[in-house]
Amino acid sequence: MPRVRVQEADFDTGRELDALTEGRTDVGALASFVGLVRGENDGSAVSGMSLEHYPGMTEKALEDICTQAMARWRLIDTLVIHRVGALRPGDRIVLVGVTSAHRGDAFEACEFIMDYLKTRAPFWKREETPHGARWVEARDSDDAAAGRWSR
Amino acid sequence: MVTLLYFAGLRESLGVSREQLALPSGNATVSALVDQLRARDDRWTEAFAPGRQWRVAVNQQMASLATPVRPGDEIAFFPPVTGG
Repeated sequence: MPRVRVQEADFDTGRELDALTEGRTDVGALASFVGLVRGENDGSAVSGMSLEHYPGMTEKALEDICTQAMARWRLIDTLVIHRVGALRPGDRIVLVGVTSAHRGDAFEACEFIMDYLKTRAPFWKREETPHGARWVEARDSDDAAAGRWSR
Repeated sequence: MVTLLYFAGLRESLGVSREQLALPSGNATVSALVDQLRARDDRWTEAFAPGRQWRVAVNQQMASLATPVRPGDEIAFFPPVTGG
């Protein structure tokens, strides 16, 4: 069962990842990804950001992405924590953790989950810049990254 | 009746986040619903103009223009997503 959380609060990366392996002896690999707010985007300084989402659908979409990953690779567990609300440069936005017996499955599934999250989970970023606030535009490169996994 | 939800930039440009709407008669689809919305005024025509980037979900699943809509459905319109 995928572990999925959408929350305003920050998370403790070490504690969250430790919880994936605690009390188990079958985990040989834990791959993780942490996404952070950058202080610059598309040539503008970014002083802050607010993240909007679609409550209800967001959780379903993340669970569906993790379920797809578990069907596609030999995984033990998956975790996604995504923050919403007001964030500052340097803040953590997202954590993905994947456990498996061997590293290949964990590495690939972790990247797959992030690529699909970027293009399928209903989150929207609004950045504060010196020229005012703006909604972040979706990137074609994210669609291309997600497209790599279809076959 | 169906519930319509709007998010992010689309919510801002339309000035509405949630509304109830009577479905078009006959076999309603997302496409028929969008035609009905476009006919409201220039702001709506512009927001849903051909070539404008938007996405739709029906009952919290990603959907398309051909997706059928039924009374009681929750239909959400939003820009391409930018999380992560």
